[in-house]
Amino acid sequence: MQTTRLAFAAAAALGLLLATGCTTDAPADDAATDESAPAADSGEWFVQAEYDEQLAQRDIEPEGDPNTPWLQAIEPEWVDTSAFTREGGDATVCFSNASVSNPWRVTGWITMQEQVKVLQEAGEIGEFRTSDAGDDDDQQISDIQAFVDSGECDALIISPSTTATLTPAVETACASGIPVIVFDRGVNTDCATTFIHPIGGYAYGADAAEFLVENLEPGSKVLALRILPGVDVLEHRWAAAQQIFGDSELEVLGNEFTGGDAAEIKNIVTQYLQRGDVDGIWMDAGDGAVAAIEAFEDAGKPYPVMAGEDELSFMRKWEETGMTAIAPVYSNFQWRTPVLAATMILNGEQVPAEWVLPQEPITEADRDEYLERNAEMPSLHYAKFGGEDLPGFPDAWRDR
Amino acid sequence: MTRARRLGAALLGGGTGTVFLLLVLIFAGILALNPGFFEGPSLMAFLKQAAPLVILAAGQYFVIVSGNFDLSVGALVGAQVVIAARLIDGEESRTVPVMLVMLAFGIGVGLVNGLITTVLKVQSFITTLGMLLVLYGAIRLWTGGAPTGSLSEAFRTPGRLGITDVPLVGQIPWALLIMLALGAGAILLMRTRFGRILMASGDNELAAKLSGARVDAARTAAFVLSGVSATVAGILIGGFAGVSAQVGEGLEFTVITAVVLGGVALGGGRGTALAAMAGALAIEALFTLFNQMALPATLRPAVQGAIIIAAVAYAARRRTRPALQTTASPS
Repeated sequence: MQTTRLAFAAAAALGLLLATGCTTDAPADDAATDESAPAADSGEWFVQAEYDEQLAQRDIEPEGDPNTPWLQAIEPEWVDTSAFTREGGDATVCFSNASVSNPWRVTGWITMQEQVKVLQEAGEIGEFRTSDAGDDDDQQISDIQAFVDSGECDALIISPSTTATLTPAVETACASGIPVIVFDRGVNTDCATTFIHPIGGYAYGADAAEFLVENLEPGSKVLALRILPGVDVLEHRWAAAQQIFGDSELEVLGNEFTGGDAAEIKNIVTQYLQRGDVDGIWMDAGDGAVAAIEAFEDAGKPYPVMAGEDELSFMRKWEETGMTAIAPVYSNFQWRTPVLAATMILNGEQVPAEWVLPQEPITEADRDEYLERNAEMPSLHYAKFGGEDLPGFPDAWRDR
Repeated sequence: MTRARRLGAALLGGGTGTVFLLLVLIFAGILALNPGFFEGPSLMAFLKQAAPLVILAAGQYFVIVSGNFDLSVGALVGAQVVIAARLIDGEESRTVPVMLVMLAFGIGVGLVNGLITTVLKVQSFITTLGMLLVLYGAIRLWTGGAPTGSLSEAFRTPGRLGITDVPLVGQIPWALLIMLALGAGAILLMRTRFGRILMASGDNELAAKLSGARVDAARTAAFVLSGVSATVAGILIGGFAGVSAQVGEGLEFTVITAVVLGGVALGGGRGTALAAMAGALAIEALFTLFNQMALPATLRPAVQGAIIIAAVAYAARRRTRPALQTTASPS
């Protein structure tokens, strides 16, 4: 008797699971098919004003020399920093890093250190103290606190691990009276002297999505590959893509989280290809893009129209196959800017309150030029790393 | 009659049989959603992709059945792929030597895990967790965070290619053949004296020792086998998808889940190698089913977890029923 009951219970539990699975599935399906209501499930991450602003910023000519894009700024509002002026050079600059847990951050981190070497030789920076929080919010909060408590930092650079959680720590740092420079991901306070970032996630996602819309026939099927949920810069990319796909005639087959793992990406794309044709691939970051392309090769299907990233493995595969593709860019050269900003602030020079760096995708027109410039670089390197003029080039990036 | 009843009990009656029932259910679900899945080429693609996890499950099975864990396999797979890319650096001629280096490295890691656990008496959970961190950290230190170099075409062959132009199925992947060979090897190994000692040391260490079995040597060998399986899995995964910084991440939990799903009791002494490998296949099939159902990606881990708990709980409840124990218990 007990056996039967147990079997029933197990069956009921399974049935319930499948049922909940189906009900939860329904709205997402509607969002994909009902083109008049895009972004139904991305509301949390979509802010119309920011979206409009970023899309507009793509067309604004940035101020400054185009040969040094890391010093350019889009519509800067200059702030006075004379209160922070410090005599004598050899400043102690401190840097609280969220992590170096992906190739994009590794590339940028090398660039920053090479830039620091230049500034150290010029006598602007004495000691460069750094901490790596390993993607742990609590660790980074205590890292920042330790820098503040030491009282020895003349300027503090912070690359926050997450937005909301790190906000109080950044506020504490601001309150200590030293100049604070935030870059990459933001925080919910404008107390920092300058916040440095490229245009942003909406622009990135839109660059990629618009390219697919322009290069695919109406009715074509697009698969979206995403790294992970819940990170603002990535969610914004997807939110923007949903807007653009929603207004287009393209059909979004699905959006899948891959963790950036090549094997996972290849599995997922292979499975979609088993179910039917895939005409386009949209990615929120280029990690593992080559694995997605190989899935098409191994299945004997024609190459998709694809949006990857300026990671070299993807760009090299793009050139080799001659496929129709674009490399949206989340400007890696932004890692140079914070240390330069620190020395500017300590010299009492003006800096933009919000330092918006240019962010331009690499298209087929300038692809080969970037490949040539980075010919010696490893495959998990980013084409727009912007360190070619630093003395450590190319060894520091090549022999990482 | 008795035989049919015994078969029925094994299938429905929990223990190692449940996993085959689950596998049938999942495949039935996939068939209902997409009959095309069972056509030759797509089935072969599925098996190619599942092969590394099945091989890892066989390796993990030896460790778990002897009463230990190996949490270091995910990090070891990642390390092996990164080492391969760096040492080969695109040179075809280095393929075989580097594979031998990887094999030596895998054996070495397994040996260290085994000796620390058996000689120093550190619990395997701690030993291999430590090894996971050591490998993860060492690789990050060695590469500066992002892997460099590239794999050769020859290196990628076992994981990516196969015997082509076979009627009906198209391509028979090398990965599938390797999986079948190693799987058969694992099953045969469990029937030898070594296999019985392994099982006995997980079931009742003291009794095994008193009856003269060299428990520590067998357990160390189990870790070495796990290290070798991670090496082969690394070669297949690297071959399948190429190098990325995230290779192998979280694989240790997927594989332990697979083995437990196969009805191999944590703590050892119970379960078959075949069921453990079937558990791995079931997990991969479950991922495929989710994909076919177009289940939202955010919901998948929760559903996966619930199904696993339900399946293992079902198996465990059935196993504890005295009436069935005589037929369902594999030992």
